[in-house]
Amino acid sequence: MNVSQVANRRQKVWSVPQIILALIILIISLTCVLPFVNVAALSLSSKSAILRGDVSFWPVEFEATAYKAIFSDPSMMRSLLFTVVITVVYTAFSMTMTILMAYPLTKKRLRGRKFFNVLALFTMYFSGGTIPIYLNLKELGLLDTPWSLILPGMLSTYNMIILKSFFAALPGELEEAAIIDGANDFQVLLRVYLPLSMASLATLTLFYAVGKWNSFQDALYYIQTKAYQPLQLKLYHIIKGSQAVDIAQMEGGSSTVATSISKSIEPATIIFATLPILVVYPFVQRYFVAGVTIGAVKG
Amino acid sequence: MTAQANRKARLKSTKGWFMRDWRLYVMLILPVMYYLIFCYKPMLGLMIAFQKYNMFKGMWGSKFIGLENFRFVMSMPDFPVALKNTLLLNFMGLIAGFPVPIVLAIMLNELRSIGFKKVSQTLLYLPHFLSWIIIGGMVLQIFSPTSGIINATLLKWGWIDKSIPFLTDGIHWQITYTLVGVWQNMGWGTILYLSAITGINMELFEAARIDGANKLQQIWHVTLPGIRSTIVVLLILNVGQMMNISFDRPFIMGNPMVQKYCDVLSTFVYRAGITNSQFARATAIGLFQSVVGLILISCANFFTKRLGEEGIW
Repeated sequence: MNVSQVANRRQKVWSVPQIILALIILIISLTCVLPFVNVAALSLSSKSAILRGDVSFWPVEFEATAYKAIFSDPSMMRSLLFTVVITVVYTAFSMTMTILMAYPLTKKRLRGRKFFNVLALFTMYFSGGTIPIYLNLKELGLLDTPWSLILPGMLSTYNMIILKSFFAALPGELEEAAIIDGANDFQVLLRVYLPLSMASLATLTLFYAVGKWNSFQDALYYIQTKAYQPLQLKLYHIIKGSQAVDIAQMEGGSSTVATSISKSIEPATIIFATLPILVVYPFVQRYFVAGVTIGAVKG
Repeated sequence: MTAQANRKARLKSTKGWFMRDWRLYVMLILPVMYYLIFCYKPMLGLMIAFQKYNMFKGMWGSKFIGLENFRFVMSMPDFPVALKNTLLLNFMGLIAGFPVPIVLAIMLNELRSIGFKKVSQTLLYLPHFLSWIIIGGMVLQIFSPTSGIINATLLKWGWIDKSIPFLTDGIHWQITYTLVGVWQNMGWGTILYLSAITGINMELFEAARIDGANKLQQIWHVTLPGIRSTIVVLLILNVGQMMNISFDRPFIMGNPMVQKYCDVLSTFVYRAGITNSQFARATAIGLFQSVVGLILISCANFFTKRLGEEGIW
């Protein structure tokens, strides 16, 4: 609900100050999209046009060779598939863990509830840090396996708290009624709580899925095998590769290496890795917004 | 009937709590194992910060050497640079980035066209959903010295004679880094402020208008005081995060030409620990960072509570 909206309902929507305000906001909003348009245009332009600096928001000397190269590169397709699989498995594991932790913690009658709460909360403010976590995975034999991308960050305490507050907001009578009807805790969770919190579960699923899709650090740290490189890591190698060429050029190095790399590959890979997010984004955005405001109540 | 009463009584009884609740404990087994194995066990691993760590002997067999690792790390020339950069980049980000979402939230709130507001919000939130690798990749494209759209356009219009070294000169890099951060967070940061503005009593606006306050005066005397507590809490929390810096952003935006400006604690730990296998020393840096971070966030929490707001714990 917008405060001034309701208060000013009778004023007209488009007055002069409103138009100026809208223009300012429009310009700011455009800065969030135009970079994409530029990169998309670059990805569809010819090398010479890019090098001349001619490309702005529309492809110049249109060619789709970069995309052809990406789609015909088996390692790229494998990386895409691998990222999808990792994201799906991770999200499923994460949601299971989050539900299993959040539900019992909403029960005031549970002995040791405070202990479990502190056990979870403490990890939000203190952690072993990069190296001990790395060595821990090494000891467990998980380094350089897909599991190193799934298990370590499986349960987000932040998300768990969000779900806990959703569960806690449901009326306690529901549980009592179900128990009187002979249901046990598993049944109450599965048949009463989960069906009633579908919207919040969807929100958290998206939180986890987008987080995993975008995650890069863990792959950089833990993965050596090429077959286990997620898309973000692959993109990183492509970007760093061509950046090294750029710098070599600036420092007066030879440009023969540069010419052998098509200039549009990098922007095309960026668009390729972003597209899945862009496609689902308009539909999922509002769930995220809801999640943030609830998380803030007791973050 | 009695069976039902029994079940209901069991829910309330204090005796036989384990018989009553064992299923809840079963649910907790997996998550608690997760916390122990992946969160608390690494905390135990912090021990190696005080050891002459030998990978083959492990953390139980390595020799304790007290604070030797800390002493060594503090004397490395890279350490003060990384510490300074961490604090400086965070500080620049806070100064430049903190007010933007507040202003933007107030502007969005003043918009009367709901449709326009929705569309612009959708656009503004977008950068938050992209990984830093993608944003970093785009930044490299856009700010590239010759072919990047910004330099190319400015050169073409004759506003500059030679391209601006956005990513290859120290000061320029710091500013680019900061502004990209502001850009990425400005839209998403409005959410909490917008919801705080929604919570303001509408009669206050009404009263202000009747008293003859114009739009700006209403914003100054009603909207801003109304979201004051949100502003204060978020500001204090941000200050409490000064020692923490993400890894992805400085790592992807940095390059060898600005090494002195882009090396921060997280990238330093990565280089020392994972690239060069100096596990114990890198752990010492990490522990130093966590402890100072914990102290800062505790102070932040203390001040928030002191101001009569709800703390974070």
